[in-house]
Amino acid sequence: MTKMVHYTATTNACKLCRPLGAALAFRGIEGCVPFLHGSQGCATYMRRYIISHFNEPIDIASSSLGEKHAVYGGGPNLKLGLNNVTAKYHPSLIGVASTCLTETIGDDVPMLLEEYKAEFGTAETPEIVHVSTPSYSGTHMEGFNGAVKSAVEQLAEPAEPNNRVNIFSGFISAEDIRHLKHIMNLFETPFTLMPDYSETLDGVALIEYPLIPKGGTPLQDIAQMSGATGSIECGHTLPDETAGTFLETQYGVKRSQVGLPIGIKETDRFVEKLKEITGRELPREMQESRGRLIDAMVDGHKYIFGKRAIVYGEEDLVIGLTSFLSEIGIKPVLCATGGKSGKFETSIRQILELVDSEIPVIKDGVDFFDIEEIATSLNVDMLIGHSKGYTFSRKSNIPLIRVGFPIHDRVGGQRILHVGYHGAQQLFDTITNTVIQHKQDQSSVGYSYM
Amino acid sequence: MGSAAVLKDRKNQIFRKGNEPFDIDCNKDSLAGAVSQRACVFCGSRVVLYPIADALHLVHGPIGCAVYTWDIRGALSSGPELHRLSFSTDLQEMDVIFGGEPKLEKALYELIEKHEPKAAFVYSTCIVGIIGDDLEAVCKRVAEKTKIPILPVQSEGFKGNKREGYQAACNAMARLVGTGDIKGISKHSINILGDFNLAGEIWVIQEYFNKIGVEVVANITGDGRIEDIKRAHGAALNVVQCSGATMELADTMQERYDIPSIRVSYFGIEDMAEALYDVARHFDDSEMMRKAEILVRDELKTIMDKIGVYRESLTGKKAAIYVGGAFKAFSLVKAFRLLGMDVVLVGSQTGTKADYEELEAITDDGTIIVDDSNPLELAAFIKEKEVDLFVGGVKERPIAYKLGVAFCDHNHERKEMLAGFEGMLNFAEEVYSSVMSPVWNFVPRRKEVR
Ligand code: SF4
Ligand code: SF4
Repeated sequence: MTKMVHYTATTNACKLCRPLGAALAFRGIEGCVPFLHGSQGCATYMRRYIISHFNEPIDIASSSLGEKHAVYGGGPNLKLGLNNVTAKYHPSLIGVASTCLTETIGDDVPMLLEEYKAEFGTAETPEIVHVSTPSYSGTHMEGFNGAVKSAVEQLAEPAEPNNRVNIFSGFISAEDIRHLKHIMNLFETPFTLMPDYSETLDGVALIEYPLIPKGGTPLQDIAQMSGATGSIECGHTLPDETAGTFLETQYGVKRSQVGLPIGIKETDRFVEKLKEITGRELPREMQESRGRLIDAMVDGHKYIFGKRAIVYGEEDLVIGLTSFLSEIGIKPVLCATGGKSGKFETSIRQILELVDSEIPVIKDGVDFFDIEEIATSLNVDMLIGHSKGYTFSRKSNIPLIRVGFPIHDRVGGQRILHVGYHGAQQLFDTITNTVIQHKQDQSSVGYSYM
Repeated sequence: MGSAAVLKDRKNQIFRKGNEPFDIDCNKDSLAGAVSQRACVFCGSRVVLYPIADALHLVHGPIGCAVYTWDIRGALSSGPELHRLSFSTDLQEMDVIFGGEPKLEKALYELIEKHEPKAAFVYSTCIVGIIGDDLEAVCKRVAEKTKIPILPVQSEGFKGNKREGYQAACNAMARLVGTGDIKGISKHSINILGDFNLAGEIWVIQEYFNKIGVEVVANITGDGRIEDIKRAHGAALNVVQCSGATMELADTMQERYDIPSIRVSYFGIEDMAEALYDVARHFDDSEMMRKAEILVRDELKTIMDKIGVYRESLTGKKAAIYVGGAFKAFSLVKAFRLLGMDVVLVGSQTGTKADYEELEAITDDGTIIVDDSNPLELAAFIKEKEVDLFVGGVKERPIAYKLGVAFCDHNHERKEMLAGFEGMLNFAEEVYSSVMSPVWNFVPRRKEVR
């Protein structure tokens, strides 16, 4: 195992802060305005960060605490803020996430919200859900998963059994969400996918600026989740308590946990579950795209065999990509994440042991400084991850294949497809072409055939 | 406009030029729940100090504050690039409970040993203010041991907005000024304050000054160096651009060293020429003035014909301006006039009453003047005024794009060189290629109009 000097400071972090994940998840619920309880700066920064990826407006309200609120408590501003958001946006839901500041000063948000409803509640008052998101413990993924769980806990109602399937698809791209919805339609099964920001964060050109963009998981569908035939939760590193476990213990909705459906095997596992829950066969279109994918893999295998890759980013994305790379003959030599769920290493080992693949260096809680340090001894051919790896890629002249979030230096990050057989197909083409191009560029001949 | 879009409390922060006498409220705290485009104190400090390329910039706080400011500015350096790395103490729960001082101190020693910076800036963020870490004491200890200046930046986010952040940054720099050797500095010497070398513009400005026989002692802060800032008190004049960011430092230098300052803008041909003439006038040197006149004449000769071509197409198009500091807005108003365009909306995040009065004086009747606006309001104005081009920061871009309006980035993140004469041509080119693109023919707004 590579030895690593451990630095106290984090240099070029490979993670984001917790309320950002919560804001993204809340944005995937219909009629919801994400609201950060804290000082103004956090909300503005996160908006900027999200906008640079999605190229889409995102309003994140803030209670805008000032110095005196930090001393005397943020309650009055929280309430004022909720009133103002209600007056201006007429949302059906406000998703309140705390920040480091309000967690540190000890604001009791659930209690404040109770007070708020008692003091100001009218027929106009939207639903309000809240999630605790101090960034000094956990990353944006804890924020994302936490927001999904809180929303379901606080919005699901006892419901008659229905024939819907709940899909908790995790932090994937807008295109990914659209594709999963397409798959569900192919299975001809009613479903509730959450959170669904495929439209709210990747919408069409408009004449009117919408107060709140169209789309998102409908509130009434979330309310009905308790009556579903089953839930599928994507992610091997999810916390022990999730939206799915809540629905299972509280309402007896059977829960299945799979990885993000990235690559052949992980997609197979996902559709197996779907087949199980729905009792249907694999739709013909999917059979075909699976077959086409395998055909394409055969056509392109030579160019990539034995190439060495570093994969970094959110834990579950890295796990999915690692699984896929092992299917196409690329060697993941370092799997790295800034997250720290505690489940990263075992999950990767399990996935790779199933296919008898060599175990790479696996590191959680790292930053790009660590990644670079470890990489020096690994003889790497490509980096796979979000655009913050570009600094390293440029310095070391190793091509970067952009996936995940954020993509701040290219257009179309929200339209990258990672999931399903289709996603695997696109990843395969991108990766293979990157390798071919790199070779072509470095070659003195410049072959115009492969 | 639909008055629904304006929250009642914001009415006095919006003014329409016309018959009423001018009046506007500004410099208020952001309203809770209104989605402000404003950032925090820390953000203000960070953007000002960021371009100092041979200093270590360590953000003391939870990870987000550092992550969102990693490499955000296109501020170039002709040498070291330490400023482009993002360092954070990445505070964890235990640090919040027991205090972050030990972690900070350790991080500083390690980073200084590793990167050998000329100085270090240590930024405090919101929760550092709450947990009560004594930044001053830690910095002092570390400075004694490492023999480099370690400068605390008191930038707790909630203590105000960007303005206070500029001040905190100036306070930190003021500790450096006066500590260097000033032998051999010319009597015709200046410091350039308030240019951040976005896309390399300070190099252009420096060259202009050199050509007219002026020595530049320190760039504050574009392409900045610690050693230069230490000698800044040896300059005969401070030439300050941008209203808020570095004025404070100029004032301090006036008090302490009796160095006068003049305010200039390098954006737009009138302002650029005026800047050179002002400096020549200050030194009361006819040779310098003659050189400045020649320079301006030569530069104009190269660009005016080309600008004329753009002007022909752009005449009568409508522009909206929403920028951070009001000073930038003045120059933009003039620049649009040069291009034959009408400014129908102008606003800023942090303008003062005097700033807005000046804006009122230089704009046409009917122009909307606004302080600390928000997406909804801006969208309503865009629609009302049938804006063709919006100039703002990255947070405004998606609003403009969503509504099918051309956009130019005039903020920290831009990659185009807009200063000086060359910069004006670049600006004209960018405006032209934004406004004249055929894509606007397809947006819903236009389809409706035609
Ligand atoms: S204070 Fe916390 S929530 Fe705010 S930006 Fe920093 S890390 Fe994120
Ligand atoms: S925590 Fe404070 S300093 Fe950090 S981004 Fe938020 S408002 Fe700014």
